[in-house]
Amino acid sequence: MEFLSYLISGLSLGSIYALIALGYTMVYGIAKMLNFAHGDIIMVGGFIVFTLCTTLGLDSIWGILGAIVGCTILGVIVEKVAYKPLRSASPLAVLITAIGVSYLLQNLALLIFGSGTKTFTSVVTIPKISLFDDQLVITGETIVTIIVSVIIMVGLVFFVNKTKPGHAMRAVSEDRGAAQLMGINVNATISLTFAIGSALAAVAGILMCSAYPSLTAYTGAMPGIKAFVAAVFGGIGSIPGAMVGGILLGVFESLSRAYISSQLSDAIVFAVLIIILTIKPTGLMGKKISEKV
Amino acid sequence: MKKHFKKVLALALSLAVSVPFLAACGGNNGSSSGTTSKSDDKGSSASTLKVGVIGPLTGDAAVYGNAVKNGAQLAIDEINNAGGVNGVKLELYAEDDVNDTEKAVNAYNALKDKGMQILLGTVTSQPCISVEAEAKNDNIFLITPSATTVEAIDGDNAFRVCFSDPDQGTASATYIADKNLAKKIAVIYDSSISYSSGIYDNFQKKAKELGLEVVAAESFTGDSKTDFSTQIQKVKSSGAELLFLPIYYQEASLILQQAKTAGLEIKYFGCDGLDGLLTVKNFDTSLAENVMLLTPFSADAKDEKTQNFVKSFKEKFGDETLNQFAADAYDGVYAIKAAAEKSGVKADMSASDICDAMKKAMTDIKIDGLTGTGITWSAEGEPTKAPKAVKIVNGAYTAMD
Repeated sequence: MEFLSYLISGLSLGSIYALIALGYTMVYGIAKMLNFAHGDIIMVGGFIVFTLCTTLGLDSIWGILGAIVGCTILGVIVEKVAYKPLRSASPLAVLITAIGVSYLLQNLALLIFGSGTKTFTSVVTIPKISLFDDQLVITGETIVTIIVSVIIMVGLVFFVNKTKPGHAMRAVSEDRGAAQLMGINVNATISLTFAIGSALAAVAGILMCSAYPSLTAYTGAMPGIKAFVAAVFGGIGSIPGAMVGGILLGVFESLSRAYISSQLSDAIVFAVLIIILTIKPTGLMGKKISEKV
Repeated sequence: MKKHFKKVLALALSLAVSVPFLAACGGNNGSSSGTTSKSDDKGSSASTLKVGVIGPLTGDAAVYGNAVKNGAQLAIDEINNAGGVNGVKLELYAEDDVNDTEKAVNAYNALKDKGMQILLGTVTSQPCISVEAEAKNDNIFLITPSATTVEAIDGDNAFRVCFSDPDQGTASATYIADKNLAKKIAVIYDSSISYSSGIYDNFQKKAKELGLEVVAAESFTGDSKTDFSTQIQKVKSSGAELLFLPIYYQEASLILQQAKTAGLEIKYFGCDGLDGLLTVKNFDTSLAENVMLLTPFSADAKDEKTQNFVKSFKEKFGDETLNQFAADAYDGVYAIKAAAEKSGVKADMSASDICDAMKKAMTDIKIDGLTGTGITWSAEGEPTKAPKAVKIVNGAYTAMD
């Protein structure tokens, strides 16, 4: 019974990582850049919901819509202002810019909302399920997070493989120059990728803050990095890989915390990551295409 | 058109970022000058003992500094009205450090220029470390009301009124055992900060000595402090009656929420890091119901000393800064009085001579204060007193007997 309970904690945490990792992997797969500001878009999503629902007292549906629209716009603006001018620059310059954007967002949030911790009111209204005389508790947030991440993953796979903009994305990801020659608007495609990635970040932010209801300017930073690890673990660029990587990372973290040591759990998780990457350098589901970075 | 748009945006962004900074700078400049206050007229310099206070009077931590200043002022007024120390009146000089180490040293130098003979402060830990390094060199007597970090009273000239970080662990175990709160205890602590792990180490040692059983000791690190469900499940399975949380209130607020979801029924006990739990925005304070925390002062305590203090404090300063810092400062001033009387300190002695006399006397005095009765000091500067705790009832602190 305890094992099941640890497993469910792991699944809950892992599905949050998976949702965030989906955004990382999309942007990396198509724009070939590590958007380290992704985690902070999550935090912005959280603050939009907090402002709309808690401060202004609107219904949670408006908060959710507001966060998705707000984060999408923010993601596109960030891409246009900070990343697009650097499209032909070295990957390192873009990476540093992304870290810069991340700090900018964190500090703006600190200025606007202050440094105090805020408690987030969950947008999930499904009651928790208690089994076996309260021995096993599954929260509504866990159920919603898992279902939402599966739906988003399936939707994304469908979108990328079956729709025209999806084809354009794959073409840009394979060879940007050739795609442009074929008449694909590369800039619009990359903007669309950022829009989708940021909308996913908003969803991830709302679900994460609902499950772990504490909000500060740094809320997105650490989960963002863990999710990046999950994306690499699953094979960066692969959508199902991000999902599997995220969930496995969450489960490893929870189980090693429970059965080995709560102090060493991060060390154990990263040791597993190193072992898997030495055996399979492209990650669990990464494609072995030698031309790709 | 596009380029133009970018320029406008860049300008707007840089303005948005810089304006608050400029404003902040202006605020600091304005406030750092002329915050000196005192009880008597300035001309009486030769016949008074000058006590300096350094603390954050402006900025994020201003509530701590102002509480100390007000608490000290109250004690000094009482002492002066009763005839002073050895027939000499005390005079208070306060300087602002904005909780910044560099400004604290500047404030210290400014106080020295004004002829400070005894230093009550500084209020916060990091500035206190820097100021103590200076005070040790100058051999000026220092007693900090509230700096909890071990290094803050490094030299033999320095003492403190509050418990040090590690001593809170010992004090918590003693309190739990004395009040018979629980026999089986679980702990969740932050292994990545010395405050939390230091308290845990000492708690665990003392608990063993007192026959308390630590049935689960779970930790987390600064990198993974969102999901506590595994730790909570382990606490639940361990059969502990009390969960000790030597952590800060931000994480504690998450633990309380997740524990409720997991259906964990347990008593909670924490240290001063939990002070602030009720200030978390939008936090459901009913989750914190019956949480106990170690804090030396509760305004609703029934003893006469506290009642009198609360009454005169409210009359003079309102209740905004009526907290443990004010109580620590009040006791600090009475400790200075006791030590000065014991060693026969006179107003015309140099700061260094006063320090030599008072540091010897500190280990011999015993005072009954707001933060404890029969408080004594070791030569290292640490106080010995019975720990006090409060319980959160209906979203407010209530003294525990």
